[in-house]
Amino acid sequence: MQIHDNPALKAEARNLNFYYGEAKALKNINMPIYDKKVTALIGPSGCGKSTYLRSFNRMHDLYPGNRYEGEIRFFPDNTNLLSPEVDPIEVRMRVGMVFQKPNPFPKSIYENVAYGLRVRGENNKRVLDDKVEHALKGGAIWDEVKDRLQDLASNLSGGQQQRLCIARALATDPELLLFDEPTSALDPIATAAIEELVHELKKRVTILIVTHNMQQAARVSDYTAYMFLGEMIEFGKTDEIFIKPQDKRTEDYITGRMG
Amino acid sequence: MSANNSDAHTVSDRLAKNAMRNVSERMIEALLLAAAAVSVLTTVGIVYVLVSESIHFFQQVSIVDFLTDTQWTPLFDDAHFGIMVLVSGTVVSSFVALAVAIPMGTIIAIYLSEFANSKVREIAKPILELLGGIPTIVFGYFALLVVTPVLQLILPELPGFSLLSAGLVMGIMIVPYIASLSEDAMRAVPMSLREGAYAMGSTRLYTALHVVVPAAFSGLAASYILAISRAVGETMILAVAAGMQPNLTWNPTEPAATITSYIVQVALGDLPHGSIGYLTIFAAGLTLLLITLVFNILGQWLRAKFRENY
Repeated sequence: MQIHDNPALKAEARNLNFYYGEAKALKNINMPIYDKKVTALIGPSGCGKSTYLRSFNRMHDLYPGNRYEGEIRFFPDNTNLLSPEVDPIEVRMRVGMVFQKPNPFPKSIYENVAYGLRVRGENNKRVLDDKVEHALKGGAIWDEVKDRLQDLASNLSGGQQQRLCIARALATDPELLLFDEPTSALDPIATAAIEELVHELKKRVTILIVTHNMQQAARVSDYTAYMFLGEMIEFGKTDEIFIKPQDKRTEDYITGRMG
Repeated sequence: MSANNSDAHTVSDRLAKNAMRNVSERMIEALLLAAAAVSVLTTVGIVYVLVSESIHFFQQVSIVDFLTDTQWTPLFDDAHFGIMVLVSGTVVSSFVALAVAIPMGTIIAIYLSEFANSKVREIAKPILELLGGIPTIVFGYFALLVVTPVLQLILPELPGFSLLSAGLVMGIMIVPYIASLSEDAMRAVPMSLREGAYAMGSTRLYTALHVVVPAAFSGLAASYILAISRAVGETMILAVAAGMQPNLTWNPTEPAATITSYIVQVALGDLPHGSIGYLTIFAAGLTLLLITLVFNILGQWLRAKFRENY
């Protein structure tokens, strides 16, 4: 891997291990996340890709008995996201997340998007209006909801809810956006809309996406990492991984012989 | 059923083989229906008795007097039948109880559901629910013999019987109901919603107040409504600690009779069957039933309106 070919780093996992209690779920992962690029994590169920993703915003801190080892360095300030001295809330202020199943809050469309801003203490109506509109446009859902911002978010369709959740995450201008299988609960049309959106978003934000769908990884990502049994088997440019994988196990998975 | 038997063998012989099955199925069905009917018929019976006896009452006392008179003296020679006198006692004592129980119960529920670790919850919740199992007469004497003297240290004017002291203890009695039901409602909020909130950078408290509580709102509302019904219907604490003299007041530091404590008082006496004093029990009971009915309907409506679809 030639360094000078690669874009700037946004984050980098260094010797990352993760334990659910006694069970080791991630084994010595080293991987770069490039700035303003889409990186896809693929691999069979239980390979640790979601576990890895959820380390980036310290989601594991919510449950007792979980333990990290190693580092995730976050740039440009070279903070170790996993350091016990780093407040997970500060991490989540910088790293947004979109979940597998759309999870809008039981609030209006407007308040869903304003949520993160309110958490950060923003109460100025004009600022909120502005940022909510901008985020909804960023989530490619503005035109569908602009006339009913006060409706409950739960009245939207599944695909709209997911785009709303993306807008919610975008509203606070995260530096890194995590997607945990964002289209697995959606129909093909809604999926296409999300994929297009991911493509659009990488101009603004670095994206890390977990997906079960290899076509999706090939379509949306610049870089792909293949994980298996908690290990990072192969990482590289998406084109290279899909055309000529270096590792036999990656090839087996991509060609459908395993997984 | 018998029509089904004749052509059942063409569909499946196994279904037709045992003719006894239909009989036993029907017997079970009848048994279950009878069990369900008992509770429905009891309700119908209660309503029937209350309404029919109340009709006799209202043949002698006009509804306008019943609702507007400011005195309740059914057993005196100069009888007055102003139900508002009793309603005021019920409203004030319930209000005091809810002012204690709703905030306290909700806070306990938030703590148990969102903050306490599983060990604390496993110990605290059964103890809390034990509190709900204490006989209300015990609470009544607690109010009269402990709470009232303590309150008198702060409010020297407080009489020996008061709505305040009975209401406070009634509130403590209701806390476990609200806490337990509200905690169940909040725990039923899916983890994915909490994760979404945490992922936005919210603290535990912010998540609890801005995401979990609104998501569980229909369950919380249901627990509040149940609490109101319990407060309005509570009898022994008020009979023991609030005094039984009818008193039209909105001041909690005064003694007063409530609808329920009046009914106890009169039902324990030896009034002749069919006398106007005897009929007042039914008019008061019907009023109580209507009040709780209103709250139950309100509760149903709230549940339907704020039903979560996660």
